[in-house]
Amino acid sequence: MNLTSNETAIVGPRQLENEVALRRLEIAGRLRMVLLGMPGLAVVGVLLVIPFAWLVEKSLQSDAGQWSLANYMALLDPVYLRSIVTTLEVSLAVTLGAVLIGYPVAYLISQLPRRIAGMLLVAVVLPYWTSTLVRTYSWLVLLQRNGVVNDLLVGNGLIASPLHLVNNFTGVVIGMTHVMTPVLIMPLYGVMRAIDPSLVKAAANCGASPRLAFWQVFFPQTLTGLAAGIVMVFVISLGYYVTPALLGGGNVNVMAMQIQTTLATEGDWGLVSAFGVVLVLIALFASWLVQRICRVVAPREGH
Amino acid sequence: MKATVSIRNVSKSYGATTVLDNVSLDIGAGEFLTLLGPSGSGKTTLLMVLAGFTRASSGSIKVAGTELLTMPPHRRDVGMVFQNYALFPHMDVAGNIGYPLKLRGVDGATRRRRVAEMLDVVQLTGFGERSISALSGGQRQRIALARALIFEPRILLLDEPLSALDKQLRDRMQIEIRRLHERFGTTTINVTHDQQEALTMSDRIAIVNGGALVQVGTPEEIYRHPRNRFVAQFMGETCIVPLRRDAHAAWFGDTRIAAAPARTSEAGGLWMALRPESLSIVETADADSLCFDAVVKDQVYRGDAQIVYADLADGHEVKVLMPPGVSLAERRRLAPGDRVKVGLPREALVLVGEDA
Repeated sequence: MNLTSNETAIVGPRQLENEVALRRLEIAGRLRMVLLGMPGLAVVGVLLVIPFAWLVEKSLQSDAGQWSLANYMALLDPVYLRSIVTTLEVSLAVTLGAVLIGYPVAYLISQLPRRIAGMLLVAVVLPYWTSTLVRTYSWLVLLQRNGVVNDLLVGNGLIASPLHLVNNFTGVVIGMTHVMTPVLIMPLYGVMRAIDPSLVKAAANCGASPRLAFWQVFFPQTLTGLAAGIVMVFVISLGYYVTPALLGGGNVNVMAMQIQTTLATEGDWGLVSAFGVVLVLIALFASWLVQRICRVVAPREGH
Repeated sequence: MKATVSIRNVSKSYGATTVLDNVSLDIGAGEFLTLLGPSGSGKTTLLMVLAGFTRASSGSIKVAGTELLTMPPHRRDVGMVFQNYALFPHMDVAGNIGYPLKLRGVDGATRRRRVAEMLDVVQLTGFGERSISALSGGQRQRIALARALIFEPRILLLDEPLSALDKQLRDRMQIEIRRLHERFGTTTINVTHDQQEALTMSDRIAIVNGGALVQVGTPEEIYRHPRNRFVAQFMGETCIVPLRRDAHAAWFGDTRIAAAPARTSEAGGLWMALRPESLSIVETADADSLCFDAVVKDQVYRGDAQIVYADLADGHEVKVLMPPGVSLAERRRLAPGDRVKVGLPREALVLVGEDA
């Protein structure tokens, strides 16, 4: 290239060269993105939107096939209300249990070298991959009146008579907490791993004791992961069937079980549809509430 | 606040690997000292030992007479600027700067006033409400400095504070950190691998290599009188040329460089350190200069200077920095393959041994 010192810049009239072709390319590009999204949208549509719309429609029809709120009115029956309250109690207790057990575990794993952390994560997830049925029956063996736990406690003289650990609320919560804790640990671990370790050092450098550094610097940054975990555990717990049915011994009548019973005894599709819709609405409300609380507690997150 | 720091026989080893080998160093009250060395030299480890995030295997560090090493990090009263700044993302700017005061139980009103003052000092007046993620690299750097200085620590530690910034900003922050240091007078220990930064900012420089201090001195001492080959090579874009030595003198080819210096041991090798700014292209040798034959390899126009790369007789490449005073026409005259003479004023001659 021949560079001379008095080279002038090329300045031409403003032209709309290629404008149409470029515009067309942009539209084609957008169209392609929509097409790429189609399989996903189709799955969501067929498996989620259509069945749920169908459920809502069923719930709003009376036996005669007319539009009415009769099914929702029927849910105000004390038996059904009791079932909703029980479901919420179980889900809250399970969520609390999962947080109390899962948070320290996730914290421990996140602070370990990656190789060891990977092995421990497998140990956490492995039970999750085992059939819920198998695990639930195992808890039955452990927790029953003459089960391993009671034998151990009575045998050591720690208690005089066996504890009622199963066929009640306690048994259901123990079994479900075991199932749900990995669901909480996973998102929490991801968030904890992403926290820059030098932040806790910086807190110490500013004069924060280890306890203060944890609560004022580490913990606030895990809130998004904690919220995600809580929502997942709570929402999945709402619809749980197997564990309450087996470990509750018929004494813990959660919504999923009530739906099954109602359907088996009365065959009232409209009523159970209404029940299903209520379940979904509770789940949506719970997710919204947790996100909301998280935003208030950690307002600076995610800027 | 000013405090003297006295580092005595500090060692750190992981199993068989020694990271710090019996380091002793005194730092005066209000001094700005830079630990300079290549990566893996142990300079950062020493800083982490000072901050309390790495436990030394043995030794003692006294700050204003009190032992530091046995104290937990949060009681050390040492300010630190982390390499990545480590600002708290869930707090705003004021929350970050005020955090050390909050931990010290300073009431809200006083805290707000002092945070505002500190923001003035680092030229970020009115930034208190901003979120950390909305700040540029240079602004984050200033906030990190403000957070480290607001509680008037006994010493300030800087861990490669400028490495994440682009060159222009780095140059500006060097001056700014100096200015802050003059204002607060805090005894400061800076860690860097950038020799230019060390020369610009420091009262004294400690060259670290292999976990030990190689040379400690003012920037000028270090630059002009490197203690050994390692220091000479580390400071500046130096070309190290081995010399031949007989009973009376040191030689490069047939050129007598100097009388054999007494301070280097007889057995060890002897090198001459050639720095780009001391060299020039000359017509003829004069009495005050050494003169070497060379062949031009390449030349580069850099705006503020012209750089000529040339090979000495035995193939050693040297870099010659020609000041902008030399006219354009004169610069153009050189072409690859041209035979030239490279001159070095005798007073700029630097001779080093393998070890001092």
